[in-house]
Amino acid sequence: MKYLGITLERPKIGVFSFTGCEGCQLQIANKEETLKDLFGVVEVVNFREISSEGRDDYEIAFVEGSITTESESARVKKIRKQAGTLVAIGACACLGGVNNLKSRFSLPDVVKEVYGTHPIDTGPVRKVKDVVRVDIELPGCPISKPEFEWLVRHLILGIEPQFLQYSVCVECKQRLNSCVFDMGMMCLGPITRAGCNAVCPRNRLGCWGCRGPAEEANFESLMEILRERGFSEEHIAERMNFFNAFGGIL
Amino acid sequence: MLFRTITKENFRKMVEALMENNEVIGPKWRDRDTEGNKIYRFLKLNTFDELQMDYTRSYSSPKNYFLPFKEDLSTYRLEDKDWEQEIHYTIHPRVIIGMRACDINALLKLDQVLVKSAYPNPHYVARRRNTLIIGLDHEPLEDCFCRSMNSDTAFHGFDLFLTDIGEKYFVAINSDTGYMIVNRFDAREVAEDDQRRYKEVKGRIETKFKTQVDVTIVPELMDLEFESDVWKKWGDKCLSCGSCAMVCPTCYCYGIEEHTNLTFTKATKRRVLYSCNLLDFATVAGGHNFRPEAHIRLKYRYYHQFRGFVEAFNQSLCVGCNRCGKACLAGISPKVVIDDLIETEKR
Ligand code: SF4
Ligand code: SF4
Ligand code: SF4
Ligand code: SF4
Ligand code: SF4
Repeated sequence: MKYLGITLERPKIGVFSFTGCEGCQLQIANKEETLKDLFGVVEVVNFREISSEGRDDYEIAFVEGSITTESESARVKKIRKQAGTLVAIGACACLGGVNNLKSRFSLPDVVKEVYGTHPIDTGPVRKVKDVVRVDIELPGCPISKPEFEWLVRHLILGIEPQFLQYSVCVECKQRLNSCVFDMGMMCLGPITRAGCNAVCPRNRLGCWGCRGPAEEANFESLMEILRERGFSEEHIAERMNFFNAFGGIL
Repeated sequence: MLFRTITKENFRKMVEALMENNEVIGPKWRDRDTEGNKIYRFLKLNTFDELQMDYTRSYSSPKNYFLPFKEDLSTYRLEDKDWEQEIHYTIHPRVIIGMRACDINALLKLDQVLVKSAYPNPHYVARRRNTLIIGLDHEPLEDCFCRSMNSDTAFHGFDLFLTDIGEKYFVAINSDTGYMIVNRFDAREVAEDDQRRYKEVKGRIETKFKTQVDVTIVPELMDLEFESDVWKKWGDKCLSCGSCAMVCPTCYCYGIEEHTNLTFTKATKRRVLYSCNLLDFATVAGGHNFRPEAHIRLKYRYYHQFRGFVEAFNQSLCVGCNRCGKACLAGISPKVVIDDLIETEKR
């Protein structure tokens, strides 16, 4: 593989799943038009979703899901040791994600409600970066395939990826969507990092913040706007906490 | 300028004929706001009936049909150490129906920078040349301040400009193409009665300008109030969301991105519109940001609109459509910011 006369290495990658819905993995494995090209530029050595063969000589590890058990914690530490670059992929890995719902209740109550008396290894929901050092976070619920491919190109070229710092509103306006606030709905687009092409407002749903906060997001101002527009504290809290993207502001 | 009238029935035929060979853009609607009003936007029309000639406000300007939010400037085929560049300036011929005087004036301002400057923008020029513009009069909305910005009337920059006078449109003709097109659809000389009705409509429009912004002293005011608390006051509310610049008919800031395909055999150079309100916009190589504070970024957007452009071209960039004010969730608009500056200056 060459780029402008320079020979590029084909990195060995592994994709690993922890607590999550496996939707991010699926994003990598679907989109058949470019799957062949993807496997041409990277060597997949460990990816359960597509092959049962699993080797441990990967250089880049993509880690999906949050860390919720002791065994998961040990496994991700092992992956960290092997991987030169560890990329957390998706809202669960980067933020805790929807799983974080569990952390709002006491752990024994949750275990009793879900598993009854069955013994189970489960702990609080942790972001990957709360357990091991993370080099890059690829946001989204699920991640976007074009953004994943964009990141892979950067990793191969050895260029530091610059994620968009601005918020979803930019992309939303660029798609000429109607602002859902005008239609009486709540939206976290103004404080959420762009890159999803505003898919939710496009479909007349407010943004829930799955991509995490935009750089320097103005939470105070948006909170004031939401209250002025008459959204209840409960409604605001539910939205803000959904992906655990804005922890600490409420 | 020549004047004619065309019946609404013939106008329909004209639009349908234009649809055969052109991409026709006009105000359409899909959603309603909480008060039940239609939310309009400029989109491609598939049938005449989609065209809303009685539209009130389009939330976004038709700027993107001349200056797309994202545009591939050139593509490259990469081969070993060599590459081959491909550039396309042509677009499919386009017609935009329903542009307001302010939006037409906005294009004339963009022309100053993108056509008449030392380095014209060939992609913009191509889109300008291949777009037929049919303007449309309306009664100003309560927040329009185009009159203050001297942009409530368009004298050029369009092919045809329509005023609804009942069963007919009164048509101002400003190009050969425009003349040929209306004439094919039985355009008539202006009769005395048409002229009387046209004056009536114009007279009614005249009484409807509600919002005024005193911009006579604004360029000077901006310098005097450079350190004013007003910027901090509004800047603290600003979400740095960029909505204002995206919907604005005159904001033209951009960034350039370069991408390759997944197999490194093709590459693209892409222009993406930006806003000076966005944090990323002031980030330079190495990561330094020379405008890290939201209120400074907000101030610079106003500076460019109301002062910088005046210095360069003797006119404000802003045309007074208040789309930015309407889009801003934080309630920031030229009217409130400038009134606030004037108030502070008086103190
Ligand atoms: S719908 Fe949401 S993302 Fe879109 S402009 Fe409105 S607030 Fe921003
Ligand atoms: S609009 Fe918001 S919730 Fe929807 S995909 Fe984008 S970041 Fe996630
Ligand atoms: S002025 Fe309003 S629309 Fe513009 S960036 Fe600030 S909050 Fe967004
Ligand atoms: S006001 Fe800001 S975004 Fe608009 S054109 Fe000027 S510098 Fe660019
Ligand atoms: S600055 Fe605001 S009012 Fe002025 S032209 Fe732009 S969108 Fe319209």
